[in-house]
Amino acid sequence: MSPPSAKAMVEVSGVTQRFGTTTALSDVSLTIASGEFVTLIGPSGCGKSTLLRLVADLLTPTEGTVHVAGKTARAAREAQDYGIAFQQAGLLEWRTVLRNVELPLELHGVGARERRARAEELLEVVGLADVADKRPSQLSGGMQQRVAIARALAAKPALLLMDEPFGALDEMTRERLQDELLSIRAREGTTVLLVTHSVSEAAYLSDRVVVMSPRPGRIAAVVDVDLPLRATGTPTDVRESPEFFAATTVVREALRAPARVASP
Amino acid sequence: MTRAARQVGAVVAALVVLAVLWETYKALGPANGASLDTTRLLPRTDDRAMPHLWTVLTTLGSPEVSGVAGSRTVGAAVLFGALNSLRLALLGLLLGAVVGGVLALLMQRLRLLEAGLLPWVVLSQTVPIIALAPLVAGWGGVLRVGSWAWSPEASVVVISAFLSFSPIAVGLLRGLHAPGATEQELFASCAASWRQELVHLRLPAAVPFLLPALRLAAAGAVVGAIVAEISTGTRGGIGRLIIEYAQQATSSPARVYAAVLGAAVLGLVAAGLVALLDAAVLRRGRLA
Repeated sequence: MSPPSAKAMVEVSGVTQRFGTTTALSDVSLTIASGEFVTLIGPSGCGKSTLLRLVADLLTPTEGTVHVAGKTARAAREAQDYGIAFQQAGLLEWRTVLRNVELPLELHGVGARERRARAEELLEVVGLADVADKRPSQLSGGMQQRVAIARALAAKPALLLMDEPFGALDEMTRERLQDELLSIRAREGTTVLLVTHSVSEAAYLSDRVVVMSPRPGRIAAVVDVDLPLRATGTPTDVRESPEFFAATTVVREALRAPARVASP
Repeated sequence: MTRAARQVGAVVAALVVLAVLWETYKALGPANGASLDTTRLLPRTDDRAMPHLWTVLTTLGSPEVSGVAGSRTVGAAVLFGALNSLRLALLGLLLGAVVGGVLALLMQRLRLLEAGLLPWVVLSQTVPIIALAPLVAGWGGVLRVGSWAWSPEASVVVISAFLSFSPIAVGLLRGLHAPGATEQELFASCAASWRQELVHLRLPAAVPFLLPALRLAAAGAVVGAIVAEISTGTRGGIGRLIIEYAQQATSSPARVYAAVLGAAVLGLVAAGLVALLDAAVLRRGRLA
């Protein structure tokens, strides 16, 4: 067992996860550098959500180790080193939007004034300051998911974990939230690990796409994505650039032929 | 028209329909009822079996013991009896809510306990109170805490609680299990303690399940209190009054109906109290 390196935000080494007789993940190792945006993609049953939950310490690996921010996954969870957003927004219906964003801070005993200020700041960031006093049920699906992202960022985590956060949204909302996520990440300097089943989402957002294959779940390929227009161009420029198309092609081919090791 | 006004209107309409049915049958039905061989198919309609509704109402104003100066009226007796039974039923409901609540929390915490206990909680409601009542009343001679001895009223409260704890235990347990995987994982990701998860997630999520359970429990508590009074012979409540007045049915047949009326109003008051609680919780939920 190697000690966690200083620059790595997430270090998964030799992890195998079994549920009863099924092997969900087999000998998976993955290192995510601080500030990196990594996506896990693969067909259902490839263990991508399981891998995310291992990093979140919502599951304990059968074999192998997981380190987050230089600590064990468990210590990182207890220190609220990561924030998490799921496919369902999972907002508490009896709380206002503002109080939903406050929840992680409240659970960690942050004072009322301080957590309120942080929640208001985050609602500003996701563009929902004007609905702070509304109930979650009064918001659209896209707005609810924005609240969930704001909540995930409440405790200023170094790592943001996302499990198909835009999976239930329509294409237009999805693209808008992808751009918002990129600008939030640029501002807060957060490391992101995101699970998706959308090839274009993976290629558009990531620095690195981890392609997984099922039965048993393992990493089939790792695709580095470099979109130079991200720094200079508009989101539309990026989405229409030849580099973006090239990246989606490589990811798609890696998904089709998981046995072949793809390179960009 | 508001929802509340519509509900009141529906209750009044139901009462009018009931009154009209009663008086119509009394006017049109055969005086001696109808029997097929020895099986009675239709009840008798004479004044002894079915007094006019206005006779029942005027009976409320008549003195309980005629010819004795200062005797309280039947209406006062029914009112005091009903209030006394309501007090015992509410104490029973409170005790039932505490016991049911603790059971639900234990069952939520320990899955093994849920598997072992839940069938018995449900099964407990099949025990007839008539069979249970003498057993509980029998504690009277046995239990004594300091200077306080087990009283017949305590028996009534316990039996009333026995009928109300089960809906609360089952309803609250369902509510505590209501939060989905996403919410549970969210709390786990924040390293929330069991107590935090209970206070901030499970209990608020259980409120919509608890209110209907409380309504069932309140009805059970009232029925339990009245039946317990009857079967243990406890004095002072509406249950005992029904028995006493039934024994006077030959001389004053309207009295037993007056007592039954009191019991019905008692049930409505108990349901009304729960409805008020319901409304208060809903209003608070909107403002919080």
